[in-house]
This record gives sequence, structure tokens and C-alpha cells, in this order.
Amino acid sequence: MKTVGFEPRIVGILCNWCSYAGADLAGISRIKYPANIRILRVMCSGRVEPTFVLQAFASGADGVLVSGCHPGDCHYLEGNYKAFARKELLETLLEQMGIEKERFRLTWVSANEGELFARIVGEMVREIKKIGPFYLPKSWMHELQENKHGFHAEEKEAAVGGGVVER
Amino acid sequence: MSDIKVGVYVCHCGTNIADRVYVSGVAEFAGSLPNVVVARDNQYMCSDPGQEMIKKDIKEMNLNRIVVAACSPRMHEPTFRKCLESAGLNGYQFEMANIREHCSWVTEDAEEATEKAKALVAAAVARVPYHEALYERFTDMCSRTLVVGGGIAGIEAALKVAASGNQVVLVEKEPSIGGNMARWDKTFPTMDCAACILAPKMVAVSQNDNITLHTYSEIEKVEGFVGNFKVTIRKKARSVEMDKCTGCCLCYGKCPVKVPSEFEAGLGTRKAIYIPFPQAVPNKPVIDRATCTYFKNGKCGVCRKTCPTGAVNYEQEDELLVEEFGAIIVATGWQTFDPALGSQWGYGRYDNVYSAIQLERLVNASGPTKGKVVMKDGRSPKSIAVLHCIGSRDKNYHEYCSRLCCMSSLKLALLLKEKTKGEVYNFYIDIRSAGKGYEEFYNRVMEEGVHFIKGKGAEVIEKNGKLVVRAEDVFLGKYREVPVDMVILSTACEARSDAARVAQVFGIQRSRDGFFLEAHPKLEPLRTATEGIYIAGCCQGPKDIPDSVAQGAGAAAEALSLIAAGKVKISPVVAVVDANKCAGCKICLPLCAYKAISFDSISKVAAVNEALCKGCGTCAASCASKALNIKHFTDEQILAQIKEVLAV
Repeated sequence: MKTVGFEPRIVGILCNWCSYAGADLAGISRIKYPANIRILRVMCSGRVEPTFVLQAFASGADGVLVSGCHPGDCHYLEGNYKAFARKELLETLLEQMGIEKERFRLTWVSANEGELFARIVGEMVREIKKIGPFYLPKSWMHELQENKHGFHAEEKEAAVGGGVVER
Repeated sequence: MSDIKVGVYVCHCGTNIADRVYVSGVAEFAGSLPNVVVARDNQYMCSDPGQEMIKKDIKEMNLNRIVVAACSPRMHEPTFRKCLESAGLNGYQFEMANIREHCSWVTEDAEEATEKAKALVAAAVARVPYHEALYERFTDMCSRTLVVGGGIAGIEAALKVAASGNQVVLVEKEPSIGGNMARWDKTFPTMDCAACILAPKMVAVSQNDNITLHTYSEIEKVEGFVGNFKVTIRKKARSVEMDKCTGCCLCYGKCPVKVPSEFEAGLGTRKAIYIPFPQAVPNKPVIDRATCTYFKNGKCGVCRKTCPTGAVNYEQEDELLVEEFGAIIVATGWQTFDPALGSQWGYGRYDNVYSAIQLERLVNASGPTKGKVVMKDGRSPKSIAVLHCIGSRDKNYHEYCSRLCCMSSLKLALLLKEKTKGEVYNFYIDIRSAGKGYEEFYNRVMEEGVHFIKGKGAEVIEKNGKLVVRAEDVFLGKYREVPVDMVILSTACEARSDAARVAQVFGIQRSRDGFFLEAHPKLEPLRTATEGIYIAGCCQGPKDIPDSVAQGAGAAAEALSLIAAGKVKISPVVAVVDANKCAGCKICLPLCAYKAISFDSISKVAAVNEALCKGCGTCAASCASKALNIKHFTDEQILAQIKEVLAV
């Protein structure tokens, strides 16, 4: 589905030491990239639990980018490997939920790869524009209300509100 | 959460943010968000008036959470935490929205940037109610410093730290300290003899009671953290017992093996048991087991028979030392670009094409020709070409400028002019002579009659028994072929071939050019992303000798300021277990890279050792019972942020 004038909203969850610093460098170098991404900081990509990604989709994200240090460069030795290990299962899960693979990316961006970071954001925005906005499946909404996903009660309300009603 | 009172402060950063983001609009928007009591904007939030504004509001309005929308938290988070604390609020009741690096500086359109800034502020405002007061703790630290690399930067660092009365361990991979500088003949622009100024420093290292020197040694493993690093040093088997050897040199006189000398850049030879160069420190030999006849086929043993003190020991084995350090200075240096990688320059194909380092050895009085510049056939060259930028400023090899080779080429040109009285041609792209006395030196070299041709030496060919340099002379606008007797290739300064491995051992990141990455390109040139590990000299990027020395001394100051404090701060961002939720499944135990989680066999739940925990959060992300959390990066905080960042 193509949507005219559609601006995807992407949540970026970046590790403090490499990718967040890489995104900082893109800024310091004044490299322009689409404003569609909103960045959150975690200390390590290993901190990113699949729930964060699912919550982002539930809250109305059209795409989620998780980025950490390159293999072997993790500030915490191997947190990025743990993130990578979770990726496979998460991708399978997203696929089963009908979420296109273009909507989720796990990348490695180092502290000096500002250019690469900007390029990745650009690519993601382009690809997601092609497939159109993400609509929360109706059945999912039902389950959310039933709290089958284990979200806390107060989050459920916000998730449903942010994700579906406004669209 | 009715008692939450948030103050939001939006920074203009001069025009850095205000150019793209409608700052007062963002502040107005923030004022409408839940829990926000006050929202203001200011020219520079980090300035004293900006900070005073926050302090005043905290006191007058009883604010208990603060959000500053400004630059990256990697820049000013500590500044504002301090500001909060001086107003009596815990520094962790704070969040920064990065609307400069992640917003105004990367967004073309002002409206889009303003929307994005609003979303980032909203996310921060949504996050802070979940913040709790956290307290940094202090722990004792080891006062010893490890310096890795015995080049001029490492030597300077070691001497400076040792001069303070603190203990230093200097580890060098090669059999002697001295590094690349020991191979240079003269130094620009003063034309001091490199060995004459370096050797006293090398000797000072060996004689300093506060310095323990391990040559022919490498770092195998680095564990622990700032203040308390546990380092495994591999002392490679030298096959010569240092305490027995007197350095009498009888052993290598008799050694039957001759191999090309690394120190002489392949122009001279050394024995299998050898001292790399006459001024080596320590001045004691080492056996190169790869070439030694005894190690190859068990026969020979001449050196052992010759040694009057019985110091030669073929059975010696590598020794592993595990030592503790408070700070680490990495000064592992650089290597010269291998010009054989580009066949167009003729290196390795034509006899009289030399690399700059080879020429350094040729002009050196203790070099293979005793300081005479001669061609392979023994004649003195009548004309010589010096080609700049070999491997530098060339996208096929290294895009960067190696910085030191212009001056080094000028120095070599002057030495060649003096020694051969022939014609010397410098083929250059630009002459980069930025440095004290450097431009003056360039003028002097021109006055001495050295020729300068503006155009990169593109190719070296052989024609009628002569070498011919092909270049485009930019000033004449013509293609030229200049016949010469000898060609010198001024090779790039590049990251060492083992830089990737070394970086992994120490947890240092590298920049795109392969050199080690500093914590901040301008303000933290000596620090790395790992606290307590510093870098100095050419391992960070090309540098001349004065800059390397300055960095060595600077890194020593970094290490000493850490040691002088006597205690290291431990971040309160650590994992915490909710014993009521923990199911005791033990999934988290093997996930922790620091072995910080243990299983309490009595209460049957996981327990976190806060001294070992680094706060990465891998355990929290994997806990199926949601019993593990990371302070300051809790599920509640992150989920609140995710939801709100999308709500705008």
C-alpha cells in the first residue's frame, strides 16, 4: 500500500557508547537526514528487550531501529551479541504478527559512523514509505485490551490510545 | 504521581538550536504537558544564568524533576546533574532531551525540527516521574599505571607518571623500547639527531626505580574497570636470562644465521640472536626463534657455548604475569605504509626506489652504509626524486593527510642535498608545513636549491638505465617526465596492522581511518570511551614528535589526576533484583559478561554484586519474570518514553 504524503514515525533505540555517539556525530558534522526518527538512549543494545519494540509498534510506530556497537566492539563486551541473538526470534514473531520485515532493523553503527547512521535512517524512511503506515491489527487491539501481552494496565490504555484511535 | 513537579528548560544554544527549532513554541508546548509546573527557554542553559534559573525555580517552586532540552547528554548531563545537586535535588531526577545533535543540526526543515523537538521533550517529561534518587559510590583504587608501547609517547608518559612517585609498568612488544623514533636519523626542523635526544630518555626509563620495564612482552587480557584493572601480560621467551646476561655481545658475533634487519628496514642484516640497534634498552639480546638454527632443527647451540655467563636458555618459556592497575595509557604507535602495495611506484621492482624509512637508515651514521647515500651499484646518485603523499591523500589507500611526511620529506631532501650535492626534486600535492619553525624550514630547504614540482609523482618507470618519474606539473600545466638516479617514497603513517586486536583487548573504538578513537574529537583527545584507559601518540592519528611527547605527558596527567583522587566513582546505574518477582530460573547468570549475578541458594533468587555490575542491562532484557531492572534505565522509564515520543 502506498500512501501519499505519508511520513513514517520511527523509534530509534541506540546504545550510549557507539550508535548514540554516532548519531551525535552526524549532528556535529551537520549531516542532514529525515526527521522521522526519534531517538532513545539505552546503555547497551543488550538492554533492548523485545517488549520495547512491540510497545513501539503498539504505540503507533511505523518502524523501529535498534542499533549497537559493531561485533567485537561492545562497551560491555558482548551485549550486542545478546541483542543479535534476540533478533531472530523477534523477527519471526513480528512476521507472524504481520509486521513487515522492513519495519524493524538491528544495525551496528560505531561512534565515528555519523554518515552511516544518517544513511540507515534515510533508507529505513524510504523503505517504510513504500510499504505505507503500520496499522495495529484489530485482533491485536482486542488482545491488548484483554491484557494478554502482559503490559501493565496503565500502559495498555496509552498504547491503544496512541496507536489506533488517532489514525 | 500527584507530587511530581517537573521543570522544563529549552535551550537556544545561541542559534545552534534556535535556527531550526522554534524554541519558545517548544517551551510553550512543554508547559501544557502533565506534571509540568514551569517551562522556560534560555539562550544558553549551560551558562551560569541558565543554571541559576533552574536552581531558583527548584527552590521557589519546589520542583522535583528537571528536563533540559539542549545538546547531547553525552556533553552536558554531568553539568546539569551538578546544578540540580547544588540546589538540593538529586542529580538523577533529571533527563536531557537531545534537540541539538539529534534534531536541529540534522534537520533541514524548521517545522519538522520543531515537531521532533516537541516529541523528544514530551518523552523526557514522561520519563522523569519514574526517576528515583540515585547515589554514586566511591571505591578504593590501585595507584599503579600501565603504559603500553615504548615509543616516544609511551616513554614520556611513563617518565612523567614515575616522576610523581607513583609506580609504572611499561610494556613494549619489541625487544627494545624506542619505537619508530629510534630509527629516524634527524628530526625536523632543528635537524637534531633523533638518537641523541631519544637515547637519554630511554636510559632514564631503565634507571627509574618507579618504572618496571617489560620488553618483548604483550598484553593478553584486560579485565576489571577504572581504578582496578586486572591485566595479563605475556612476557615472551627471550631465550636469554636477563639477570645473567651482561650485554657483552659475544653471542651474536658467533651466530651463523643472517636475516634482514627489521630495524634497518631490510637494508642490513642481523643475526638470529641479536640486539635490534646499538642504543637498545635493555641492551641485551633476544633469540628470534623463527630463524634460529637451534630452534629449527635442534643443532647449533653456538651462542649458548659462547656465552660466558650461561645466560642463553633455549628452554625458557613465555611467562604470564597478572597485575593490577588503576589507569592504563595505550601508546602503541603506528607503522609506515607499505609502498609495494602500489606497483606504479616501482618499489621492490627497481633497485633504487627506496622508502623514506630506508633512506633514514641510509643517511644514518650507524646505518647499513655508514651514512653514505649510495645506489645499489655503489655509485653516488646525481639526481634524486622525493615523492610525497605515497599512500596518503589518496582514496585508493588512505584518504587522510599523514601530516608528518611533508616535513619529513623536506628534511630528507635537505640531507640528500648535503650528502650527495646532486639535484633533488620534490614532487608534492601541497606542502603542509604547519608547526613552529616549519614554514621557515621549508624556506630554508628551497634556498638550499632543492627543486619543487607541484604535482603528485604518479608513476616511476625505468628508461635507458635511469628511473623516470612521471607527474603532471600543475604550475606549468604540463605532463613531465623527470629522469633521476634514485627515488624516495615518502610513505603514509598508518594504523598498526594489529590495531584491531589491540583495540579489542582494551575496549577502545577505532575511527574510520583505523586509528584509535578518542572520547571527544576536540575536548577529550586523550580519553577513550572506557574510563581509565587513555591514548597517546600516533595510535590515535598521525603526529610529529613534539605532539606525541605532549600527548604522552597529557595522558600521564590524566592518569595522575585519577590516581591523586585515590578513589573511583562507581555509577549507580546497576542491575537490581526484585526478590519477590524472581523465579530463580538462573537464565540471567550466564548472560552477565562480568559474572556480577550470583544465585542465593538459601532464598533461591538471583543477587547482583553492584561492584562488578556495569549496568549494561542485558540481564534485565532477558528476565522472564521482570524481576531484574536497571536503575535509571528501568522498563517503566523506557516504555513511558517510547509511548510518549510517538504521541506528538
